[in-house]
Amino acid sequence: MNTETRLYTISVYTENNIGLLNRISAIFQRRHINIESLNISPSEISGVAKFTIAVNMTEENVKKIIGQIEKQVEVIKAYYHDEENTIYQISGLFKIKSKLLFEEPQIQNIIKESNARIVTVNTAFFVLEKSGKKDEIVKLHEELSAFGIMQYTRSGRVAITKDEMKISTLLESYNN
Amino acid sequence: METKTIKDNETSIKVTERISGSEAIVKCLIEEDVKIIYGYPGGAIMPVYDELYKYQDKIHHVLTRHEQGATHSAQGFARISGKVGVAIATSGPGATNLITGIADAQIDSTPMVCITGQVPSHLLGSDAFQETDIVGISTPVTKWNCQVTKAADIPEALAKAFYIARSGRPGPVLVDITKDAQFEEFDFTYEKCTKVRSYNPIPKTEFSSLEAAAKLINTAKKPFIIWGQGIILSEAEDQLKALMEKAGIPAAWTILGASAIETSHPLNVGMLGMHGNYAPNVLTNECDVLIAIGMRFDDRVTGKLDEYATQAKVVHFEIDPAEIDKNVKTDVAVLGDAKASLEAILPLINENTHTEWHQKFKDLFAIEYEKVIKNDLYPTKEGLTMGEVIKEINSQSKGNAAIVTDVGQHQMIACRYAEFNKTKSNITSGGLGTMGFGLPAAIGAKMAAPDREVVSISGDGGYQMTLQELGTIFQQKAAVKVVVLNNDFLGMVRQWQQLFFDKRYASTEMVNPNFVAIAEGYYIRAKKVTKREELAEAVAEMMASKEAYFLEVCVEKEGNVFPMVPSGASVSEIRLE
Repeated sequence: MNTETRLYTISVYTENNIGLLNRISAIFQRRHINIESLNISPSEISGVAKFTIAVNMTEENVKKIIGQIEKQVEVIKAYYHDEENTIYQISGLFKIKSKLLFEEPQIQNIIKESNARIVTVNTAFFVLEKSGKKDEIVKLHEELSAFGIMQYTRSGRVAITKDEMKISTLLESYNN
Repeated sequence: METKTIKDNETSIKVTERISGSEAIVKCLIEEDVKIIYGYPGGAIMPVYDELYKYQDKIHHVLTRHEQGATHSAQGFARISGKVGVAIATSGPGATNLITGIADAQIDSTPMVCITGQVPSHLLGSDAFQETDIVGISTPVTKWNCQVTKAADIPEALAKAFYIARSGRPGPVLVDITKDAQFEEFDFTYEKCTKVRSYNPIPKTEFSSLEAAAKLINTAKKPFIIWGQGIILSEAEDQLKALMEKAGIPAAWTILGASAIETSHPLNVGMLGMHGNYAPNVLTNECDVLIAIGMRFDDRVTGKLDEYATQAKVVHFEIDPAEIDKNVKTDVAVLGDAKASLEAILPLINENTHTEWHQKFKDLFAIEYEKVIKNDLYPTKEGLTMGEVIKEINSQSKGNAAIVTDVGQHQMIACRYAEFNKTKSNITSGGLGTMGFGLPAAIGAKMAAPDREVVSISGDGGYQMTLQELGTIFQQKAAVKVVVLNNDFLGMVRQWQQLFFDKRYASTEMVNPNFVAIAEGYYIRAKKVTKREELAEAVAEMMASKEAYFLEVCVEKEGNVFPMVPSGASVSEIRLE
C-alpha cells in the first residue's frame, strides 16, 4: 500500500439529508485532516446525492476514512481514487474592469490562449469563466493578477471515475 | 379512539387517530415496548410530560436528579437487559447535559434513544431561551440523529431511531422535537422500522472467510482467543464457549467483554489490557494465531501497536467493517454477526487440546498470584485493600451479582477480581472512562432486572460526580447496593503521579464529606467500615438488605493497581510491581 501522502478524490453516495454534511466533515475534522475541496450535487441516481471530496492523505488513512464515512447510516457507499483514475474539472470565475480589455491588449491574448469564456460584459466589468485542471485555473489567475482582479473564486472539484460504481445494485441488495 | 388494524381477507386498512405530536411520542414508545424511561422535565418538553402523566400506567418515568444521570441510567438499563434504553430531556441545558452519556454509549456501543424537546420551529436559529443546536452538538457522538419540526414526521423518526439504535453495532441516537410539533395534531399510525435504504447493519459473512479462519485456527499450535462486548451484544456466549472447548483455546476478555463466559471456566484466562492479567498480556506476543471476536483493539488493550502480536496471524470476527485493519492488521476478517459467524465456523473446527500452551497461562498466573493477587485478596498489612472488598462481595453474592463500576482504580480491581456466573453482569464505562457513570447506571440496571442483586462500586472521586442520584434511588425505592471504596484520593491519577510524575500529587487529594450522613440524608441505610474485622459483617448486612444500602469502605490511601502496562509500552512489558 502507498504510504506517501497523495491527493485522493473521495466520492460518497448518500441520502439527501439535513445534517449529513456536518456528520461527514466531522470525520475529517476529528482526525485533523484538511479538506482541499468539497462539492455536493445530485448523482446519476434520482434522490441520491454525491459528495466529491479532495484530500491529501496516505492510502492507508484514506481507506480508514472510507470505513468511517460508510459507517454513517445515511451513506450508501464511499470510494476513493487517485489522480490517474479520476476525470475531474474545477471552474474559476474572474471579475475584471472592462476598461482593461482596451487598455491592456495582452488580456485579450490571455483569454484566447487559456480558452477562457466571457460570461458577461458591461461597461464597468466583465466576467471570465475557465474550467479545467486546478493548475490551469491557477495559471490564469497568476496571469490576470498582474492587471488587477476585482473578484476571483474557484469551485470545488467535480469528478467522474474510470471505475464503475454499482450504486443501484448496492441499493437493491440492501433491500433484500 | 384506538388504533385498529382491520383485516378484511387480504386487504388491511390502518385506522388512524387524530392526536397531538406529544401523545404520538408516548404512543411510539409504547409501540416499541418501552416501559421505563429516564428523564427530566423542562419548558420545551412539557407537552410530552403532560402525556406521560396520562399514560403513567403504561410507561414509568424515572425522574433523575440530573440529565446525565438519565443517560447513564438508560445505559445501565440497556446493558443488563439487551434492550434499548430511553432518556428524555428538555432543550438547551437539558439536552447538553445528555452529551456525556451519549458519548459514553457511542464508544461502548450501547443502544439508547434520547428524545429532546426543542424551541418552537419559528424560533429556531434566533437564540431563543434554552435554544441550543443539539443536533449539531450530538452529531459526532451519535450513531444517528435528526430534528423533527412537524408532528406527522414523529412516528417515522422514532421508529427509525429505535431500529438504528438496536440493529447492527448498537449505539445512541437522538431525536430533537420542536415544541410546535409536540402540540400539532395529526393522524397517527405507527409502523415499526425494519430497514433503512442506505444502511446495512449486518455485513454479509463470506463462507471463504470462515474457511480461511478455520484453516488458521486448525493449524495453530498456540491459538489465543480475545473477545469483547460483541459476544454479549450478539448473545454469542454459548457459541464462544463451544469454540473454546472444541478447539481447546485459552480465551481472554476486554473489560466490556467481562462476564460473557463464567470466571471459573478453565479456559477463561482473564482480562486483557493495561491493568489486565499477566498471562494474557504476555502471551499475546507469543501466540501464533490471535482470534479476536467482537472487540476493537482499543489502545488500552493493545499497548504499543508496533509491538502488538506481530508474530501472530490475526483473525478478526467483527460486525463493523470500519474496525477491520483500523488498529491491527488482520490476516482474515470475518464480517458479520458474532453469533451467526461462530455457529457457522464451529463445524469447520477440529477438536483439539492445547495442553502445553494452556499450561503457559497457568504458569504465568502463578507468578501473578504470588506477586500481586495474593497481596490484593489476602493482605497481611494493616490497611484494607480494594481487592479484599471485592472478594468479600464475590463470596457473599456467590458470583451472581451484577457489578456496576465507575472509573478508576476500583474499576480495574473490581473487573480483575469480580466473579461472574452470568453474562451481562459487568456494567462499566469502558471506552469513554466516564467518572460518575456507576451510580446512575446501577439504578437503570436494578430497574431493568429487579430480581438481580445489583452492586454499584465507586471510588470517592467518581461517586461525587453523580452523587445526587441517591435522590433517585430513594424516590424510586431502587434496591441498589452502593459501595464506595474510599482512599481520599483520585487514586488512578495519584498512582500515575507516583509512578511517572515523581509523586507530585497535584489536585488528587480529596477532602471528603461524611458519606454516611449524606446517604442517611436521603434516607438510605448506611454504614462505614474502616477495619478488616468489620468487613464481612458489613457486606453481609448490605447483601441481606431488601432496600438500598450504602457502604463506605475506607481502604489504604496509596494502594496501586498492578499489573500495569505503562502507557506507550508493549503488552509483554507488563509490570507486576
